[in-house]
Amino acid sequence: MEIQEKVIFEEELDVNFLNDIKKASLCEEIDRCIQCGTCTSSCPNAEYMDYSPRKIIAMIKGGFKDQVLKSFTPWLCSSCYNCQVRCPSKIKITDIMYALKRKAIAENVYPVRFPIAVMDKEMDKILTTSGRSSELWLMLNLFLKTLNPLGLLKMAPLGLNLLKTGRLSLKKESIKNKKQLRKLLKSVKGGT
Amino acid sequence: MNNYIYYPGCSAKTNAKHYEESILPVFKELGFDLEEMEDWNCCGATATMSVDEKKVAAINGRILSLAETAKKDILAPCAACYLSLKKANSFLTGGTDQAAEILARLKDIGLEYKGTIEVKHPLEVLINEIGLEKIKEKVQRKLSGLKVACYYGCQVVRPFTNFDDPDYPESMDKLIQALGAEPVEYAAKTRCCGGALAANLEEVGSKLNYILIKEAVKKGADVITTLCPLCLFNLEIMQSKIAKKYQVNIKMPILFFSQLMGLAFGLPKEDLGFSRSLIPLKAMWKKLENGGANEQ
Repeated sequence: MEIQEKVIFEEELDVNFLNDIKKASLCEEIDRCIQCGTCTSSCPNAEYMDYSPRKIIAMIKGGFKDQVLKSFTPWLCSSCYNCQVRCPSKIKITDIMYALKRKAIAENVYPVRFPIAVMDKEMDKILTTSGRSSELWLMLNLFLKTLNPLGLLKMAPLGLNLLKTGRLSLKKESIKNKKQLRKLLKSVKGGT
Repeated sequence: MNNYIYYPGCSAKTNAKHYEESILPVFKELGFDLEEMEDWNCCGATATMSVDEKKVAAINGRILSLAETAKKDILAPCAACYLSLKKANSFLTGGTDQAAEILARLKDIGLEYKGTIEVKHPLEVLINEIGLEKIKEKVQRKLSGLKVACYYGCQVVRPFTNFDDPDYPESMDKLIQALGAEPVEYAAKTRCCGGALAANLEEVGSKLNYILIKEAVKKGADVITTLCPLCLFNLEIMQSKIAKKYQVNIKMPILFFSQLMGLAFGLPKEDLGFSRSLIPLKAMWKKLENGGANEQ
């Protein structure tokens, strides 16, 4: 095994990163982290993450903006809120993960072909235009955007089963008053 | 006596039709004629929250204000809707400048939200308002002999822990017991199914769901009941992947708790969406027949 030394120099760190994250809603308590690791031990997906939730918190506080925003960790958070209800310092860790996802998307540094990030963006698009989500169209867009036609093919048997049991709608769902919703969303645009 | 407006959410109209098909008649049986919210929009679930914070507050604000106009609290069966609406409600009534801005934008489109609405999950209403005694009275056909693993998933019990424990909730178990079935001790009851991750990242999804199903099998459960459309979906579709990856043969039926309620209330079986199950239910029906026979 080759041992590589990873050094990050102080000038590569972003001193404003912590404050940026704290500005997002429900993220202000992050300073109180005691690095106990309860979050990581409560996380069902920690083993798949490149940095554990505990490390991510420490890295936010340390200003490791680049590493944190490019990390897979936020995208592997399935929003189960286990860490959040257990954190002894009452830090809203799941909400911090959301803030990181938003920031990574806003700064266009999210893992590009990672399906979750793409799906979130596609679903957001669908419901901004129609007001309701349509699973079939969401999946189609997702596989197109992630350049994964094989994935679509693999989903075909499931799609058929869902059709057979009446659980897949082919039409694009939509609300009646789309105009009202669009006006609302246009007026609140710009928040991350 | 009905202070609730029904907010179905997108799933109850597509892949979780059987949730709606069972929850509405069950509530009707209990005296709640649930009217669907007029022109409701999607809550955004975990997706919009990952893209734009203000948008989430705005779209959920629209839903809350529609309920306020109807002068009724919201009944939201889907776990993601329940959480999104509760979260937005606490944000919009928090008195912050950010909240004031969203409320002002809602007003611009003719929707005012004063903050008078409560968001509830059907399970919460069944346990705390209707009560187990009344539910027991409605039972026509005890589900004797049926062993049930009650799976709560995440977002109904966390982070808003209004009516049950975030780690080891028991309300669904009590409900299932009131129907004459036997809830099994199910340690994985609030372990995550992977949510929107499961189907997209198969490696993660199959493992998480295998843990949930394996535990239920170990405890001798005939069926897993849940209260979340996405949990139900994941637990169903992952079974074929689990079979391949872990070389096991599992056919565990996954049902909404409300389907079993309807069955116990003596409502017509055909109307409760059992035919929508992706997993064969034969073994379960057989068990129920036998269970009934043993009882007599």
